[in-house]
Amino acid sequence: MSNIGNYEERCETFTWEQAEQELEYRPGGVLNIGWHCTDRVCLQGQGDKTALIWEGMGGNEKRYTFHDIRRASNTIGAFLRGLGLQPEDRICLFMDKIPELYLGVLGILKIGAIAQPLYSAFGDESLFVRLENAQTKAVITQKKHAPKVRKILDKLPHLQHLIIVDHDGKPLKEREVAFSLEKSAPVETLDIHPTSAESPSLLHYTSGTTGLPKGVKHVHYSLLSQYMTAKWALDIRDDDIFWCTADPGWVTGTSYGVIGPWCLGVTQCVLDSGFSAEAWYRFIEKNRITNWYSAPTAIRSLMKAGEEVVRKYDLSSLRALSSVGEPLNSEAVLWSERVFGKPFLDTYFQTETGSIMITNFQGMKIKPGSMGKPFPGITAVILDQKKFEPYAEPGKIGLIALKPGWPAMMRMYWNNEETYRKKFNNGWYLTGDRASIDKEGYFWFVGRDDDIINTGGHLVSPFEVESALIEHPAVAESAVVSKPDTINMEVVKAFVTLKAGFTPSADLDLEIMNFIRKKLSPLAMPQEIEFTEALPKTRSGKIMRRILKAKEWGEEIGDTSTLEND
Amino acid sequence: MSDELKDIVLKYVIDEYLEDDSEPITYDTPLISGGIVDSFSMVSLKRFLENKYKISIPDDQATPEAFDSVDKIAVLVKKFTKA
Repeated sequence: MSNIGNYEERCETFTWEQAEQELEYRPGGVLNIGWHCTDRVCLQGQGDKTALIWEGMGGNEKRYTFHDIRRASNTIGAFLRGLGLQPEDRICLFMDKIPELYLGVLGILKIGAIAQPLYSAFGDESLFVRLENAQTKAVITQKKHAPKVRKILDKLPHLQHLIIVDHDGKPLKEREVAFSLEKSAPVETLDIHPTSAESPSLLHYTSGTTGLPKGVKHVHYSLLSQYMTAKWALDIRDDDIFWCTADPGWVTGTSYGVIGPWCLGVTQCVLDSGFSAEAWYRFIEKNRITNWYSAPTAIRSLMKAGEEVVRKYDLSSLRALSSVGEPLNSEAVLWSERVFGKPFLDTYFQTETGSIMITNFQGMKIKPGSMGKPFPGITAVILDQKKFEPYAEPGKIGLIALKPGWPAMMRMYWNNEETYRKKFNNGWYLTGDRASIDKEGYFWFVGRDDDIINTGGHLVSPFEVESALIEHPAVAESAVVSKPDTINMEVVKAFVTLKAGFTPSADLDLEIMNFIRKKLSPLAMPQEIEFTEALPKTRSGKIMRRILKAKEWGEEIGDTSTLEND
Repeated sequence: MSDELKDIVLKYVIDEYLEDDSEPITYDTPLISGGIVDSFSMVSLKRFLENKYKISIPDDQATPEAFDSVDKIAVLVKKFTKA
């Protein structure tokens, strides 16, 4: 029997007050995610239960109980406080998936500061934009990533501390400080900052089609959403061994890689290594993982690796499989059912929503390729894009919209109220995704409403990539679009015109790719560059990306009446 | 197997994908499974090899497993150089 039981009954009866009661939160009282994920679990008698099984390079393993993570997060929190960091200060975590990343999120939350986890593969420019926007006060990082921060320090006068967690004894530079969790005396009791429901907790950055990345501000009240969805959407149970493969630099990795399992007092595993089908299956077998939350890109990579490798491992522990980041194609659902004995269930949410909004549920009929149904307590509709009113009848394609007010809904885009307001229309939160609903109430994803590229489950802004491309000395103009990809769903493709004196070549192609990879991130790196004499433009000089994109996707080009040279 | 080829590939990986303070790597250090070169960056590594050795590596052969160490990359390059 699944945790959610009867879906229809839950939809009729559930209110967020139920989550408040289960979490023993009284409106108006103190609510702190860090405390809920550690101290409260210990107070419930689970202190000696394994909280984290971490494996790094070469099979190096570390295990932590809930008492351990309580003390470790206290220790980190106390250290940060000792540096003078205050409630609501932004503290960035810029690390690989090492224990200090997960425990650091909790430590930051415990002192009432705002955790700003960033993907450790970001280049210095991507890093600068996000740290500058947030006026980040401190960065916690590893020595291998510190050089990227050092490169931009001069441009970040508000950044007071560069904290290195694996410092090797070399002389520290200005604003740098070493911190070792292992060598620090554990702090048994920390004064948890009395955060309230609306106190800011996390700041996640997400890309848009135009403009700079936006800082999505979440609050401690989001815990209610993450708690309930971890229980009912991911079906996480007391005796589960849970593995969320997402990096905490992205919202999935914090909502369900830190908060979800730990506020439920459940053991979770983290594998800090690159992708390898063998390594992943070995990890599942070794730790008897029961509940696995991954992404379509990874699932497709596993499919590509083949079934022979699956048979080498005992994966019988697996009970519940879920997926997030981009639509899970029906082929992947059917494959997993055949190969693992159970299907991956698609779940849907965004950085801005903070928790799962539309999902498939254990025990409910699965329609392969469908997003599933709205989570109890969530009102999701398909809006007519002209009137911004919900379609009454099924089968119509329109904008997925949500009725505002669920606990994990973002409270603001950092320093960008204007853009925040544009996310709402006629009383609805606009996701920017398009879908339809069938007669049985299942949602079916159609595509984005804008030019944002979703590659491997991560959003990449064409504008950001184009802006970076024209910083290359050879590039005159560029247009960036998505191109279909069997593994990543779509990847970045750049069309580039060159300045006088430069000629297209394989070496220049590679040079530009590496330039973007290092400046922005591997995700933003064009997987293909096409040199062209001219980009399609309107008579007013606007680049017509949609024509380039339509050609990549084999679609109708559409109206070219405004095309300059038509 | 030519050490010169391996040295060239090793140097490229160090120059392009490692920061100054990274742990040293060797011919058999896991690159993809070790998180040194992620799956997106693999495309640039493939492009480097194709440009450098004037070969074409089919997409279905450019797998994370085939790129997982300098040793394995050298095998791949040799295979398509002969072909």
